[in-house]
Amino acid sequence: MSVTDWETVIGLEVHCELATETKLFCGCPNDFGAEPNTYVCPVCLGLPGSLPVLNRRAVEFALRVGEALHCDVAEKSIFHRKNYFYPDMPKNYQISQYDEPVCGNGWLEVGERRIGIERAHLEEDTGKTSHVGGGGGRIHGADHSLVDYNRAGVPLLEIVSKPDLHSPEEARSYVAELRGVLEAIGVSDVKMEEGSLRVDANISLRRAGAEKFGTRAEVKNMNSLRSLARALEYEAERQAAVLESGDAVIQETRHWDEEAGRTHSLRSKEESHDYRYFPEPDLVPVAPSAGWRAQVRAGIPELPAARRTRLIDAWGISETDAGVLVSTPGLADFAEAAVAAGATATGRDVTNWVTGDLTAHLKETGAAPSELSLPPAGLAELVKLVGDGTLSRPLAKEVLAAALAGEGNGSPAAIVQARGLAQVSDEGALAAAVQAVLDAHPAEVDRYRSGEDKDRKKLRGFFMGKVMAEMKGRGNPQVLNRLLDEALPTNS
Amino acid sequence: MRDGDGLVGRTAVELAELIRTGDVSAVEVTAAHLARIEALDGEVRSFLCVAGDSASAAAAEIDAARARGDELGPLAGVPVAVKDMFCTKDLPTTAGSRILEGWRPPYDSTVVARLRAAGAVVIGKTNLDEFAMGSSNENSGFFPAANPWDTTRVPGGSSGGSAAAVAARFAPLAIGTDTGGSIRQPASLCGVVGMRPTYGRVSRYGIVAYASSLDQAGPFGTTVADTALLLEAMWGYDPMDSTSIPSAPEPALARLEDGIAGLRVGVVQELTEVEGIQPEVRAAVDSARNLFEKAGAEVDIVSVPSVEYGLSAYYIIAPAEASSNLARYDGVRYGLRAEAPPGREFDVAAMNAATRERGFGAEVKRRIMLGTYALSAGYYDAYYGQAQRVRTLIIRDFARAYERFDVLLAPTSPTTAFELGAKTSDPLAMYLSDVCTIPTNLTGACAISVPAGLDGAGLPIGVQVLAPALGEAVLLRAARALEAGFAFTARPKLGEEAA
Repeated sequence: MSVTDWETVIGLEVHCELATETKLFCGCPNDFGAEPNTYVCPVCLGLPGSLPVLNRRAVEFALRVGEALHCDVAEKSIFHRKNYFYPDMPKNYQISQYDEPVCGNGWLEVGERRIGIERAHLEEDTGKTSHVGGGGGRIHGADHSLVDYNRAGVPLLEIVSKPDLHSPEEARSYVAELRGVLEAIGVSDVKMEEGSLRVDANISLRRAGAEKFGTRAEVKNMNSLRSLARALEYEAERQAAVLESGDAVIQETRHWDEEAGRTHSLRSKEESHDYRYFPEPDLVPVAPSAGWRAQVRAGIPELPAARRTRLIDAWGISETDAGVLVSTPGLADFAEAAVAAGATATGRDVTNWVTGDLTAHLKETGAAPSELSLPPAGLAELVKLVGDGTLSRPLAKEVLAAALAGEGNGSPAAIVQARGLAQVSDEGALAAAVQAVLDAHPAEVDRYRSGEDKDRKKLRGFFMGKVMAEMKGRGNPQVLNRLLDEALPTNS
Repeated sequence: MRDGDGLVGRTAVELAELIRTGDVSAVEVTAAHLARIEALDGEVRSFLCVAGDSASAAAAEIDAARARGDELGPLAGVPVAVKDMFCTKDLPTTAGSRILEGWRPPYDSTVVARLRAAGAVVIGKTNLDEFAMGSSNENSGFFPAANPWDTTRVPGGSSGGSAAAVAARFAPLAIGTDTGGSIRQPASLCGVVGMRPTYGRVSRYGIVAYASSLDQAGPFGTTVADTALLLEAMWGYDPMDSTSIPSAPEPALARLEDGIAGLRVGVVQELTEVEGIQPEVRAAVDSARNLFEKAGAEVDIVSVPSVEYGLSAYYIIAPAEASSNLARYDGVRYGLRAEAPPGREFDVAAMNAATRERGFGAEVKRRIMLGTYALSAGYYDAYYGQAQRVRTLIIRDFARAYERFDVLLAPTSPTTAFELGAKTSDPLAMYLSDVCTIPTNLTGACAISVPAGLDGAGLPIGVQVLAPALGEAVLLRAARALEAGFAFTARPKLGEEAA
């Protein structure tokens, strides 16, 4: 038997940092990367006497997610305290939601399947601990620890799927689709690498066709879609091996080690906390009015699935390209802006550049489309320069690379100008160049005259190369081809 | 007018008027009270911290404002003693606990900020049972306060320091917090007026939390009018407290003398017949009943059957919330941090445990254990869930009583002040001190304790008036009627023997 005899069952918990201006329960900025412990106040530090006040915007974002994921949005939901001791949690309890979350029971379409959403609930994030001295940033062997509370109190929405996912690849597609939805509705900047989207996975195996779920493990610490798929593949195989050997899978939390490419046990269920949940007495129930909910519903923009369909129809692009555009944060926006900016830039041309060279650049640099030194209008300009014959494709690639490297202030035309790259189509100049090359190579011209077809083809390429070199690569190839044909002797 | 004795012992209403007219300066008033504290608080131990310099500076600022012709607040220049549960940015805030010894909050609680804005002079931080857990002040992490009427006896708790300070005339006004009777019971034992407003009427922002769904701040005074004056400077909506009531309160002070003709008063049978009630306390409730009738009220007996379960429900809910509220005292960010013994090293968990072991007193630990247990998986429903259902039942019973009555009458404490040490070894006997006050906390309503005379030992007796949520105006009017009837003028003889 092998992993293929087992059915993989996966449920995901996605923690999404909401992109509100301020934290969930106080007025401190919700921002990444500031000096440690500068975005703090009595409330998010949990000082004695401080009290939480719920951020209305965070609730609105949760309502948006509820609408986009077809959830039942609760007319009344409440907060609970989740009690456990940890130094990065200022109150030693986390304000979260328990049995009355803001959103319940929805779904998300992934490929051909509808993946169930169990719930989505609001909670506050913790601070961040770093361990100093010794152990390479790990707690073991560290000399002391420092805590930064800037992140403490940042709003999180935990979106819990039903155990409907059946392969690591499907889990990956689910997160990619969910990420696209969260981005489209503007509630998060969905950066897995920066931790604004964090995924924990529950995974278990059962015999193909069995109804009862197997014992599951919870896998943490995957910080990219790729590592999510890798971790789940590893874990499925590990569990299969355990089961094959007749052992039982232990219900436990496992840590994904990206470098080692394996998971290891963090803590077992027996050691797990009793969180002593109870209703948070410092907050009142969240009861969004029907009017507010209707307003949120009306404000939900086009979601990724609909956008893919629209782009395929309008631009005649492939499903794969539409998928790349829509599932890469900011990429479809970039492409649509480029099309809108240039009268002659067609969706298909723009898509070719965007899914090709531009995407390669994004992957290489890790930048977001909005951070590129080439704005959408610049790409439209590039497409136009190719379309009107000013630039050949190879030169256009060169100009794009230069623009992405910051040259030309975002304008390909400026680069063409500065580098003198404009294609030469002037027949007089081109004919002179052709003649000069033929005059300089009389022996080759003779061999051409008397040669076989095979040799003639080779020599023609030789002349073309020389002429192009003479023109510093800027000669219009179509015009040159014609002029060369006219100038070379015909078969005598 | 210029001597200290002429200024201490006056009501806040009188002092505010004298300062407003310029007959006396705020500096003189503050100095007179500071001098009295200096002379006599060694016996009472009602203050954990006397504000001295900052009080004098605040008083000087009031005098300067008056000299400039600025409009003065309703409490301008009036000294107020503040229970050490309220965060004050210029004074240490300990909640009566070693675990917070020396901690200075970076902010003022909303109530203290409002008092300062009203011109009040914060004269010091008063003693209390640690984290407001107690009924005698003997659970103070520092030293127990004494009752000014008999310094071998307790002042009550947990706001014992505030009640004692007002009774001793160290300040005409004080503020406290009342989670299970912590304002009313010490007010009763110290012969002053003490009121617990409706839950949500006074902001909890900046008050060290004990049991969040029950905590409420309130005023102490020597008269009902002073108490109303202070209440009006404290209450009102605060956006920093999500449980704060948005509607504007109905003015209370202005309607105080309107009388109670036709007021329907119910005497709560179960509370007047409570186990162990001192006969003189029972008699005081009867006197109150007669005074109400004389003032034109209609009085009858009312039964609130579920009230007898209040104590049990309280001792589940309050410790449960406390176990969570007090989790933050872990040595990581502020307050005490226990160091590892020589030759050993602490990890975080060991440091947390050692800090809490050293920093918390026995009663606080007992309640954290009780509350942790009550919230545990598998016990939650039997304890916390059941207690919440009892709470709902009590709320329903009171609602029924208020269909027939405008206010209710009951004892405040079953007994007068007991001797220091009398109940410290028997927590259950101590818990019974709050049996008459706890129902109001569970229902989120308001109640007040008014002095009703002295017992055979010369100790003050208090009676309690209860009103439904947001019934402060009628509550204070009823209390004023009782006050006029009882005409209680006795004062503790503190310091007079020595003089």
